[in-house]
Amino acid sequence: MSSDRDTILAGVRAALAPLAARAPLPDWDRDLVRVRTLQPAADPWARFAARLTAVNGTPLTAVADLVALLEKNQWRRGYCDPALWPQFQGAFPAHFTVETAFDRTRVDDYDFGLTAAAGAIAETGTLILTDRGTSSRLAALAPWVHIAVLRREQIYADISAALAALPDDPNVIWVTGPSKTADVEGILIEGVHGPGVQVALLQ
Amino acid sequence: MAQQLIDQFAARLPADRRAAVYQSTKTTHEKRTAMLFDQFAEPHRLRALAGGIKQHVLENLDTLLPAVEAKLQANGAQVHWAATAEAACAAVLRIMQARGATKLVKAKTMVSEEIALEHFLAAHGIEALETDLGEFIVQLDHDRPSHIVRPIIHKNRREIAQSFERHGLGAYDDDPQTITRRARQFLRQKYLQADVGLTGANFVSVESGRLVLVTNEGNSRFSLAAPKCHIALVGIEKLVPRDRDLGLLLNLLARSATAQQLTVYTEFITGPKAATQPDGPEELHVIFVDNGRTDVLASECRAILRCIRCGACMNVCPVYRQASGHAYRSVYPGPVGAVLSPLLAGKKFPELADLPKASSLCGACHEVCPVDIPIPDLLLRLRDQGKRAGAPLAAAGTPPMGAWALLASQPAAWKAALLGGKIINYLPTKLLPVPPLRAWEKSRTLPEWRGGEFRRWLRHRTTP
Ligand code: SF4
Repeated sequence: MSSDRDTILAGVRAALAPLAARAPLPDWDRDLVRVRTLQPAADPWARFAARLTAVNGTPLTAVADLVALLEKNQWRRGYCDPALWPQFQGAFPAHFTVETAFDRTRVDDYDFGLTAAAGAIAETGTLILTDRGTSSRLAALAPWVHIAVLRREQIYADISAALAALPDDPNVIWVTGPSKTADVEGILIEGVHGPGVQVALLQ
Repeated sequence: MAQQLIDQFAARLPADRRAAVYQSTKTTHEKRTAMLFDQFAEPHRLRALAGGIKQHVLENLDTLLPAVEAKLQANGAQVHWAATAEAACAAVLRIMQARGATKLVKAKTMVSEEIALEHFLAAHGIEALETDLGEFIVQLDHDRPSHIVRPIIHKNRREIAQSFERHGLGAYDDDPQTITRRARQFLRQKYLQADVGLTGANFVSVESGRLVLVTNEGNSRFSLAAPKCHIALVGIEKLVPRDRDLGLLLNLLARSATAQQLTVYTEFITGPKAATQPDGPEELHVIFVDNGRTDVLASECRAILRCIRCGACMNVCPVYRQASGHAYRSVYPGPVGAVLSPLLAGKKFPELADLPKASSLCGACHEVCPVDIPIPDLLLRLRDQGKRAGAPLAAAGTPPMGAWALLASQPAAWKAALLGGKIINYLPTKLLPVPPLRAWEKSRTLPEWRGGEFRRWLRHRTTP
């Protein structure tokens, strides 16, 4: 293997040797990628919620609204991050079955998964999840509904701000709306491998 | 005059396919343009900057590659190098065998197609299943992708439903919703059974060693949630210098590819899963693949290695819209493929030497490219290379130019020809006895011959 490394690096050096000068790294101002059509709203949550709605996500501010949504669609079996369970335990009606361990042999037994978000991006309606902050990757992905619990002070204004504050974590994931595809005749279908319903719940 | 291969493909393409490819590429292109110009004040400046950043990467790979390797290793990844397709396949196999792994799920990676990994692994008793919906359907049908972002742009729902029925994925139902649900149910079991999740990487930040992966379907996320080992196949050109540069590139990639602000799932991966995380890989292997890239880097066409695989150039290309992706007979279709495929073909260059001619040089591909690759220039260079190499395909569809060259290099003969050309105005061209010329004449009218007048005009023009 090390010989492949040497071959490649020698090839690269030989390819670049004839260049009289190397292209410099351009610097650029992050204002250039600020979306000009989106006026900064006074309230970061309001702006985030508007963008999340634009990508067919579901912003909610009250646990009661969440329970009503789940009840209306008969999504009554779910998973809850054990760290969040004390906070939500009382909110779910008795006929809901909520587990705090995700059993990967029964992925289809869960209608929803509730986990913590590590942040959000207002400009794009994006939720930020981390590996240390998400109690189970599968629980945040396999159920039809994913609920990410978010605090107001975790909302970044735009992509550049979120990149500047990327957490030190082995797996940071930005989720912008429900999982989707347009592979079949360009028709938009949501819920391909991941959630068909992406909820952000403000706490 | 032999017909160009790409014309033959275009001629064989059924009219409904052509219409479908045309319609969906056109729609995507229009949405992309509206979004970019609506939302950003200076989209062309962004393209130039992104191009500059990627060009910097290419011209500094000698220092950036060792730097990113050190960063990745410090983050807990195992780094491998593969100079050739065979070496890359062997590296994947070695990692799998060391773990006793026999099942692999693949989230879209172009490099794996380039190195024909699936075929290789199958010969070693390893199942490599595609998880992107379009790629999955292509795999079921033993077909080939025809677009780098929309692999089944050439298929309709009826064919897909038939093939699902044939493969035991349910009775015929061509509702796209049903098709997607069936794939969802089938594939989630496969993720859960797989030993290894294989991905590519859209970008790798040298600053932080983060691998960046984008998908809309969430298949890369699932491939990294269920299996215990992650292998990433990464072309050596995929680096970006700093995390902040991703702000530019991610914004441009999503808009250029699918007219989205951001792709649904954008993952930043530095290593195996966190200790507290129950799901996900315990090992991360990054395989840097050359497979012809250093040769491209050494060529005059190195700018093509800036490509971020957005597909915008094929969406806008009049030739791609008529011929569709299979006409390019390689992993990369469209304008990017017309440059990259012959270059990556190495010794097989002559077999693809016609591709650089599959362009009217209209320049639309350059205009949309988020990393500002001057594709028409590169096409011209490759045409020249093909002709010089005497590749027969490079000459197909082009009239012999020997007589023309002779005429144009003798001033006296040239002047006489210009004057004598007037005779064309009096020729009954419709009755010419040369069938190809008659065919040409059918849909065109020759302009009046005015040979020699330019010089007269130049002599007598009034200078301001
Ligand atoms: S060449 Fe440019 S436009 Fe074409 S796929 Fe690559 S990045 Fe996109």
